[in-house]
Parts: sequence; structure tokens; C-alpha cells
Amino acid sequence: MVSAPSAVRSQDLPHTATAPRTLTKRGARGAGLHGWVFVLPALAAYTAFVLWPIVQAFRYSFYNWDGVAPAQWAGLGNFKTVFSNEQLLAVLGHAFELIVFFSGVPVLLGLAAATALRRFITGRLGAVARTVLFLPQVVPLVAAGIAWSWMLSTTGAVDEILGWVGLGSLERSWLGDFSTALPAVGVIGAWVLLGLCTVLLLAGMSKIDSALYEAAQLDGAGPFREFFSITLPELRQEIGVCVTVTVIAALSAFDIVYISTDGGPGTTTMVPGLEVYQLAFLNRQVGLAAALAVVLMVLVIVCVLPVQWFARKGGQE
Amino acid sequence: MLKGPSRLKNRRPSLLRRHSALAGLLTATLVMTTPAAVQAASLRGATNGTASFAANCGTKPVTLQGYFETGFPDAIDLAHLFTKQYPSVTWNIRQDAFAVITQDAPLVLSGPNPPDLMRLPTWSGLVKDHLLMNLDGYFNTFGWDKFPASDLASMRVAPSGAPSGSGPLWGMGLNYSMTGVFYNKALAAKIGMTSAPTTLAQLDALLAKAKAAGILPVEQFDSAGNGGLIFPLQYLMADYNIASQGSVSSINNWIFDQPNKDINTSANLEAVEHLDTWIKDGYFNSDANAVSYSTMMGRFEAGQGLFIFDGDWESGNLDSSYAGKYGFFLFPPLTAGGKQGAMSAPLTYGIAATAKHANCAAFFLNWVATNPAARLLNVKEGGSNPGGPPSLAIPGVKPGTVTAQTLEAGQVIAKDNGAMGFIANATGSIDAEGWTPAVESLFAGHETPVQVLKFVQNAYKQELSAP
Repeated sequence: MVSAPSAVRSQDLPHTATAPRTLTKRGARGAGLHGWVFVLPALAAYTAFVLWPIVQAFRYSFYNWDGVAPAQWAGLGNFKTVFSNEQLLAVLGHAFELIVFFSGVPVLLGLAAATALRRFITGRLGAVARTVLFLPQVVPLVAAGIAWSWMLSTTGAVDEILGWVGLGSLERSWLGDFSTALPAVGVIGAWVLLGLCTVLLLAGMSKIDSALYEAAQLDGAGPFREFFSITLPELRQEIGVCVTVTVIAALSAFDIVYISTDGGPGTTTMVPGLEVYQLAFLNRQVGLAAALAVVLMVLVIVCVLPVQWFARKGGQE
Repeated sequence: MLKGPSRLKNRRPSLLRRHSALAGLLTATLVMTTPAAVQAASLRGATNGTASFAANCGTKPVTLQGYFETGFPDAIDLAHLFTKQYPSVTWNIRQDAFAVITQDAPLVLSGPNPPDLMRLPTWSGLVKDHLLMNLDGYFNTFGWDKFPASDLASMRVAPSGAPSGSGPLWGMGLNYSMTGVFYNKALAAKIGMTSAPTTLAQLDALLAKAKAAGILPVEQFDSAGNGGLIFPLQYLMADYNIASQGSVSSINNWIFDQPNKDINTSANLEAVEHLDTWIKDGYFNSDANAVSYSTMMGRFEAGQGLFIFDGDWESGNLDSSYAGKYGFFLFPPLTAGGKQGAMSAPLTYGIAATAKHANCAAFFLNWVATNPAARLLNVKEGGSNPGGPPSLAIPGVKPGTVTAQTLEAGQVIAKDNGAMGFIANATGSIDAEGWTPAVESLFAGHETPVQVLKFVQNAYKQELSAP
């Protein structure tokens, strides 16, 4: 009774009041439409190359399929295999071990390098140092993998240097040794990602108000106190980005491992990305490969979301 | 009063409801639809083997679609020679590494434009999925029954995809490889090796002698994806199987996926144990687990290593680039004068089930095996046996060359009935998932010989029983 139909109410309103509102609505609608037109190409590409493959992978994971013959409904069978097969679980474990090298080392060394570059290495030398550190980012991963596999071989630079400095007893085939292959792959990943982290952290440091440092110095703070009390808290968002990018790189590693060890020796460097590829294209178990890929995707999200939350929370404080 | 707001609420589905709807839609999609390529492939499979088996390429211009393996220029040269003799036939050849072909084969063969002639890795999955042309019709048309049956056995597979070794013919070899031991003549002379060892004990002694003289006894590749220690292992398996059973048939039966075959036998265990003693004695390059095939060849050609365990596809290269510097012998038997075994595999090519020019492709395969010019080219460039009817002589090669030695070895293996397929080719992924990690673990001392065979048999069973 009290609430009249909205159409009736709008008719009762004076024209002077409704005209501008209609124009505003039209304008907003037009702007929205224009926005969609601009977004559409990117959205179409994202849907075709990201969302649709994810849906397809999710769908395939419920089938037993060799990629050609009729597929058979498998229900959750492939997921059960992923979580019960010791070899596949070990492969997932390797990915988490790589996080130490792909994420921990570049972020820590990146912080040290960025601090050194900001405080001590300035001018032309600083520019050269930044370029050298960032260079691995522009080298194709395949080329990096090949170059490092040469350097880590028994006739490579690493063993030669060890020989020169009197550590010949440590010489070995780093990528062919069961105990050193995974860390050696990790070192390659750390080398690739160090430059990215350093540049991101340097950019973050440049935004820190220099008055904070001056105030700290007046209060008698040394370089370490400055680092832990000012630099580190102020870089929380940048560190969050670094950790996110490098954790994803660790969990989804493929190129470097494929080129340098192909998962060997034995299965010591087998990682989920490579296992997915082998299951799909060598074993022709597309369903199991898709299930492992879905599990990997969920793991990436589970690992990355807390990091993102932590970084954002820091920004809000 | 309450009606309005409640209606509004009903019009706007809650987040939960929207998700439920999406989940329902997704589940329905998952249940009702199967992966898309499936039905098309099934339809294609129905056309399998329906081609007419004409024995030539006809007179109209034909462009054969080829998918060859990189690193084998002799196949390309054979194609060009064929065009010279049959000008109406031209080629459109795509080349890829063997590993790429292995991965791509099902997709390429099930695609809209499959190759007429394709280098093929393994057969069972492709046959099961109806992707290959059944060549039995051509077998009769061209009289391939005159070819040695053992040459074609590995390309016969039951229509269900297993077992192999019998059933319809799905491919042919461009040539037939022989494996054995290559040696560096200069290093052999240094340790007083004047002739090839005739027993395994003699080979053991040579290895020990080389080690004592500070010469690397064996340079071998064994990096991930390329378990090269499988070569000496299978030679040793042949020796111990011949000694205990008189033949290599149990190894071949395992390779051919015959029912209930187990690689974990006492003879094979002795073979792995023998290999293990070589590893522990330090006869191999210490970095074998990180050495690729090309690195091994580079080192051997540079004079590193007395022996490599390899196949005759290197014969042409060694003869042309390092004439007189290298020799070849078959892996010696356990006892003097005993039968010998070796991996002898065809350079396998097949025809797509829906190939446009299947007749011409089959005619080419027959031509390669029977045409004198093609056989000569095959031997001179490929260094391998051209196959074909035994009544056709193998084109002459310069005596004393590596090629001559490998061809002679082929005759010994034929006489001893010691030809084996590759244990690494028993199933599509037994190399990557079974043998390579197993021998790498053995090399590193992480697995015992018993564990190696159990691991491989387990991988073999898992793959064969996969739905």
C-alpha cells in the first residue's frame, strides 16, 4: 500500500528532476559500453588462453583419456591417484623445495643487493651493476638452462673454479649427482630471478622518504637498525610481489628443469610442471595430467593468497 | 510493506546460488560431454585399412607429405632420389627431433592433414587408436613375405594395441640398425688390444686393463631422458639369457608386451649385477648421469674413452670424418663361440590411416628396400642394412670400414637369431618413467640390481594396465 510501483512513482516526479538523471544514466551506460569495448579484446584473449584452458583442464581431470580414443568418466579417480601415488607426491615435494631457491634466495639476496646499490654503489657503476643483475631476466630460460648445464658439468666453470681455489675435492657433476641436482637447478632459478627481485626492491626503496633515514640517523641508528626499522617495513608490498612471483615460478617450474636435467638423475629433479607434460604427452594419460595440473593450480593459489594478504595488510597499516 | 524488498532479494541470486548454478552447469557439462577430439578420431578410425592397394604412385602429380626425424639426412636423400626416378612425385617434408615426434605422433596422425609417411616411435597406442594404416594389403601386393620375417616382427601389433611381434603389419623400416661396441683404435693399441674380445671375460679384462693404464674404459651417455646405460645392460641381458635359455626370446616377448611377462628374471638380474660391478669398478665416465648423447659422441670423437656402446647410425659419420680411427664389434658372448645378441631395430616409418597418398607412400617403402640405387644410398649414407629380400645382395662397402663391420655383424646376429628390439621401446614411456631413472639410480648407487628390475616391471605393469 505504501510502496507504490516504481514506474508510477517516476511518472509523478517533475520533468526537471528526471531529465538530468536520464542523461546521466545514458552517459554512464555509454561510458560503461565504451569501457567494455576497450576491455573486450583483452577479455577475449584472457578467456581463450587462460580461462577456457583452465575449464578444459578441470573437465579433462574427471576422465581417463589418451588424447585420441574415446574418453571414459573417471570421477575423482585421477585426483585420488595424485594424492596416493608416492612418486607424484614426491614431485610436489620437489616444487616446495625449489621455493627455497627460487623465492628465498632471490628475495634475501635481492634485499642485500638493492640496499648495497642504493647506499654504496651509485653513479655509473650502480647503473652497470643494475643492468648486470637484471640481465638474466632477458635471457631466454632455455639458453640459461643450457649455459648453466655446461657450467655445472665436470668440465665446466664451477668445477674449474673450485679446483683453482683448492676445493678440488668438491668437484662433481652437479646436475648428474643425486644429492646436488635439485639444489643446482635451484641455483639456476635463483640466478634468473635475482635481478627481477633486486630491481623491484630498488624501485620500492626509491619511494621511501629520505627524511625517515635522516631522522633515524639523528637518533643514532646504524645501517642495520635503519634496514630493519625503516627499509624492511616500507618494502612490505614490494617483498610481497617478489615472493608471489618467485613462488609461482618455483611451483610451476618447467623450462629450466626440462633443459638442464629433464627431471633426472632418477627422479630427483622431477617437478609438477614437467610431470604434467610427461603424463600428457609421453604416458598419454591426459586425465591424470590434468588432475595434477589442477592440484598444482590450487597449491599455487593456496601459497600465494596469504602472501598477498600479508602484503596488502602492510599497505593499509 | 515486506513484499517489495523480498521480491528484490529474490531477483538478485545470492553468491552461493550463483555458484551452485555454475557448479551444476559445469557438472552437467562434464558428465554429458567427453573431450572433443574423441568422436572425430573414432570416425577416422573407421576408415582404417580401406585403401586400395595399388602398387605404384600413378602418373598424376603427387605431393607426398612426410614427417621425418632430424639428424637422418639419408631419409631426405632417399626421398630426393625417388623424385629423380619418379618425377611426378614431389615431397613436402617436415622434420623434428625423435622426442618431439614421440609426443606429437597421436595429434599429428589424428589431425586434419596427417602425413602420408611418418617416422614412428612406438606402435601400440597408435594402433589402438586406429591412427595407422594396416599394411597387410601392401604386404601381399609387394611380396613383402620374401623379406625376413624377423625384420618385420617388431612392426606387427595386434589391432587392440598389444601384444606386439605378431598380428597385422603397421610399418616398414627404411633400414635396419645394428648395435654393438665402438672402439678407439689408438687407445686399443695402447692396451694391447689387437682383436675384438670373443668372450665377456675378455671384455672385462680389457676394461680393467684400460682402467689400470689410466684410459677411460667406457664413455657413455646416461643423462635424464637418455638412459644410455640401457645399451650395455641389454647386451648383458642377451648374454645371460642366451646362456640360460639359448635365446633372447624372453627379452623380445617382454618388449612385445606379451601377457604376464616379467623383466625381473634371474638371467636379467645377473646382467644388472654385472653392469653394477662395472659401475663400481669405475669403468664409466663419472659424470655419465649428466652426459647427453651428443656430448658422448663429441668426447669419443675427440679421443676420450676406449669404448662406447652405440648403434651403426654412427658408422657413416665415423667412416667419413674419422676414417680408420674407429672399429666396431658385436658385444661378446658369455662363452667363446656362443650365440650373440644385439638390438637390431628398423628405422620405422608408417602411413597415416587417413593418408591421401597411402599407395604411393607404400610404393616408396618398397622401393627403398628393393631398388639398387636406393639400397646403395642407404648403406653408404646410413651405414645400415637396407633390409629387403635376402636374395638381394647388400651393396658393397669398403672393407675394414666401420660400416663394413656393422653390416657383417648384422649377418652374425641373423645367423644366431639374436636380434632384439630395444627394451626402452617396450611401451611409450617405459624409457622416461622406468629404465632411465632406474639405471641412473643404479649408477649413483641409490638402487640395487633387484630394485632396478622391480622398479621397471612396476612401471611397465602400470602403463599397460592404465585405462
